[in-house]
Amino acid sequence: MTQLPMFKAFSTLLRRDLLLAFRHRGEMANPLMFFVLVVSLFPLALGPDSRTLQPLAPGIIWVAALLASLLSLEGMFRSDFDDGALELMLLSPQPAPLLVLAKVIAHWLVTGLPLIALAPLLGVLLHLPAQAMPALLITLLLGTPVLSLVGAIGVALTVSIRRGGLLLSLLILPLYVPVLIFAAGAVGDAAHGLQVGAHFMILGAMLVLALSLAPIATGAALRISIG
Amino acid sequence: MLISDNSEQSFASAASTPTALPALEVSDLEIERDDRILFSGLSFSLHGGQARLVEGANGSGKTTLLRILCGFVRPDRGTVYWCGRDIQRMRLEYQAEVGYLGHAHGIKDGLTALENLQVAAALGQERPDVSALQALERVGMAGYEHNRVRSLSAGQRRRVALARLLVTRSRLWILDEPFTALDYRGIGMVESLIEAHCAADGMALISSHHAVTLTCVGEAPIQLSQ
Repeated sequence: MTQLPMFKAFSTLLRRDLLLAFRHRGEMANPLMFFVLVVSLFPLALGPDSRTLQPLAPGIIWVAALLASLLSLEGMFRSDFDDGALELMLLSPQPAPLLVLAKVIAHWLVTGLPLIALAPLLGVLLHLPAQAMPALLITLLLGTPVLSLVGAIGVALTVSIRRGGLLLSLLILPLYVPVLIFAAGAVGDAAHGLQVGAHFMILGAMLVLALSLAPIATGAALRISIG
Repeated sequence: MLISDNSEQSFASAASTPTALPALEVSDLEIERDDRILFSGLSFSLHGGQARLVEGANGSGKTTLLRILCGFVRPDRGTVYWCGRDIQRMRLEYQAEVGYLGHAHGIKDGLTALENLQVAAALGQERPDVSALQALERVGMAGYEHNRVRSLSAGQRRRVALARLLVTRSRLWILDEPFTALDYRGIGMVESLIEAHCAADGMALISSHHAVTLTCVGEAPIQLSQ
């Protein structure tokens, strides 16, 4: 019986955030446009030659995905902080990490998932070989949730600071490095026809770790921010 | 642990007498902001069915006091007890008992009044006996269920935020300037909501600049002076 209200709070919050995102579709598209534009700058700057672009493709796509994710993060708790909904969330008798997780999942569904859907198209633009496409999709599927989860901690810490954007980047980008190394490495290796199972496992381990610890840290950070 | 054991015993022995353990007890609270002590040595208590006002000049720490009682701010000294237990040690249990209305309404602009209340009910301890629609009717917002909050006036938003308190089973209402932006009928409505809440063994702490006429305000206001 005690499980029921907890699950209801989780699903209601998830639905609320998805509904709000759907009603503000324009804001949702911005990081996505950014992702596409940044990636398409590279063929313009380096020339359309496949020999130059192909080896760089995994790195370019992943760095762009990482920056787009960073750009979208700022909005995660901003409006809730401004209108007081964040205080009520923390005043809820349901555990804060669970509610945080609902918000992060909603955020990833509206920002991370569309990005993954667009990635193969950008891969083609950069002459990424077809055999590397599955690896690109899998690394994005495993990696972008980690970016959202870890990023949430930084957003929670900086939400009370006006114009905390730069501080957020300084705080979060170093933490993104392991994901970037293993994800871009996996796509690069896959392009050369190498085995990449180990990379996936490490990324999967990072996801499990972030999934279990980041919501707790984010909940604590939010408490500091409203205090 | 010792404290809670003692108080549970005293609660059991005193429950039948009129001087039962207060539901909310604040003891020796002190808070400092920007090297200024806002208040210190603040103690008071609140029994079921009671409402009390918090009075003080601008900047005297009314909002800070109410935020301490919500558990958002940790006091520099002193303890808040709920039924004899430190609220820091029973956070989720205590939070189930608190309904808070602050300067920010805690409702989302992009949702309708009804959707906002459904979210509030799911996040708190939902009351099976009061539906979101009934709550909106009680705050005089019947007919606005499906209007986005963005399109409502300041006073109407305040009413929706008040309706939030009605859909959850919180015993202690912490109201920070609940009369702001309300017309005189709205003020009367809030007063009658507080009266009804106290009549059902609820409690309320209210900070306000308005003259409040509540029969359930038993004791003198809590004065915060600089």
